[in-house]
Amino acid sequence: MIAHAIFFYTFSIIAVVSAIMVTASKNTVHSVFFLILDFISISCLFIMIGAEFLGMIMLIVYVGAVAVLFLFVVMMLNVAQQKNQWFAAKDSSKHIPIGLIISTLIFVEIIIVIGGWKYKPDLFDVNSSLSQTSVSNTHSLGQILYTDYIHVFQISGMILLVAMIGAIVLTFRQRSGVKRQSYIKQISRERAEGVEVLEVQSNKGVKIDD
Amino acid sequence: MEYLNIVFDEVYKILFLLVPVLVSVAMIVWLDRRIWAFVQKRQGPNVVGPFGLLQSLADALKYIFKEMIIPSSSNKVIFILAPIVTMTLALIAWAVIPFSATQVLADINVGILYLFAVSSLGVYGIIMGGWASNSKYPFLGAIRSAAQMVSYEVSIGVIIINVLLCVGSLNLNDIVIAQQNVWFVIPLFPMFVIFFISALAETNRPPFDLPEAEAELVAGYQTEYSGMMYAMFWLGEYANILLMCAMGAILFLGGWLSPIELYPFTLVPGAIWLILKILLLFFLFALVKAIVPRYRYDQLMRLGWKVFLPFSLIWVVLTASYLFYFNLLPVS
Repeated sequence: MIAHAIFFYTFSIIAVVSAIMVTASKNTVHSVFFLILDFISISCLFIMIGAEFLGMIMLIVYVGAVAVLFLFVVMMLNVAQQKNQWFAAKDSSKHIPIGLIISTLIFVEIIIVIGGWKYKPDLFDVNSSLSQTSVSNTHSLGQILYTDYIHVFQISGMILLVAMIGAIVLTFRQRSGVKRQSYIKQISRERAEGVEVLEVQSNKGVKIDD
Repeated sequence: MEYLNIVFDEVYKILFLLVPVLVSVAMIVWLDRRIWAFVQKRQGPNVVGPFGLLQSLADALKYIFKEMIIPSSSNKVIFILAPIVTMTLALIAWAVIPFSATQVLADINVGILYLFAVSSLGVYGIIMGGWASNSKYPFLGAIRSAAQMVSYEVSIGVIIINVLLCVGSLNLNDIVIAQQNVWFVIPLFPMFVIFFISALAETNRPPFDLPEAEAELVAGYQTEYSGMMYAMFWLGEYANILLMCAMGAILFLGGWLSPIELYPFTLVPGAIWLILKILLLFFLFALVKAIVPRYRYDQLMRLGWKVFLPFSLIWVVLTASYLFYFNLLPVS
């Protein structure tokens, strides 16, 4: 149990500290790296409570894909200097009261929501029985997702699909003047249409049509 | 005291796994260069030791004694962290690779997901190195590799789903045992080919070595690295290649199973079979490096998104329908 506690506190302290550093660090790229560290330590916490599938999916989806794209965008935008200026600017104190009000509001809302939360009395029994059953995490998740909650699952998939198509449609633009290569055309070119052997007469030259 | 015993036991096991992996990485570099040379009718490294076997050790010594140069305008912490991340990620993945039914460091339920997650984290070493160098060529290399590795991960994920449909478990040992009757390379042969090509792209091997295309980008993300840090990138890269070969061997070639379940073959321990299969796949990796010209970047992206992804998705539907229709789904 001691080792368990040590690991739990290590991961949770890393998670909290890196979450603070996401907002506090001056360099935007450093912020993203702290965000990644946060994701990783949270997935470690998931694994510690026995939710191994969730932890791995968190690593694959958030760290392996989403955060890479984040990093990609942040590095390309070169906002490192901008953020620096924002902090150093003299009128930055104007933003502080607004930020404080909004964050207090969110904090109060969270308190209200969590305060009204009632645990089922048999939750803790379920929790302890989970670790004893031989059914693996993935198996039980699949059994619930594809039977009881199949409609919700499908609908959330559709929503994601719509969001994806929407993002593509919004950013898609047809550029003119781009030379496109058709692979089929390139491969199906034959010698007869590509090469022409001409008899060149001296002092006359050859007319090449393009 | 009991804790200490457990810790020592685990450390002993980990060392027993990692030291062979590191040594074999050094040997595999030599093998790679030799195969490459033989295809081109050259000799390759053949001076240091018998057949040049100790060439990698000599190289390692050279790297250790070289100066580590940290560019003054680089982001120092991340610059130093990048090769460490690459190397660590390449090594921790070996924890779940089963060498026989019992010889596995961590026999976890979500083994294949763990492997997939670790291999998808591999891109961070490259991005960090490229960005922290604060130089144009490394940065271009890092951006190329980020796009490339994320694209090919998608098709690898779908291929893994194909295998998992036939197995019904995410445990690597279960995947191996499910191939007792027939290795998945036979029913899922197209998926094996796509997995192999995607693995080439995922590990930045030729013909997909665009992140370090020397003709265009000097040495890509490792341009600014020297000495031991460069050697760590290099070790991590080859450890990743070995890992991908191991993944291919486990998913498609029956892992530690012997090819024929008959008397003389069953005497050979499973670890040997797995190593032989890894070597076979690595031989293919090395051959491809020697005989195939580099892809253009747009062709690479097209291959990943427009060819491999739809094809493997269709194959998922096919596999699922086949298993469902003939009532072969592995329901426990």
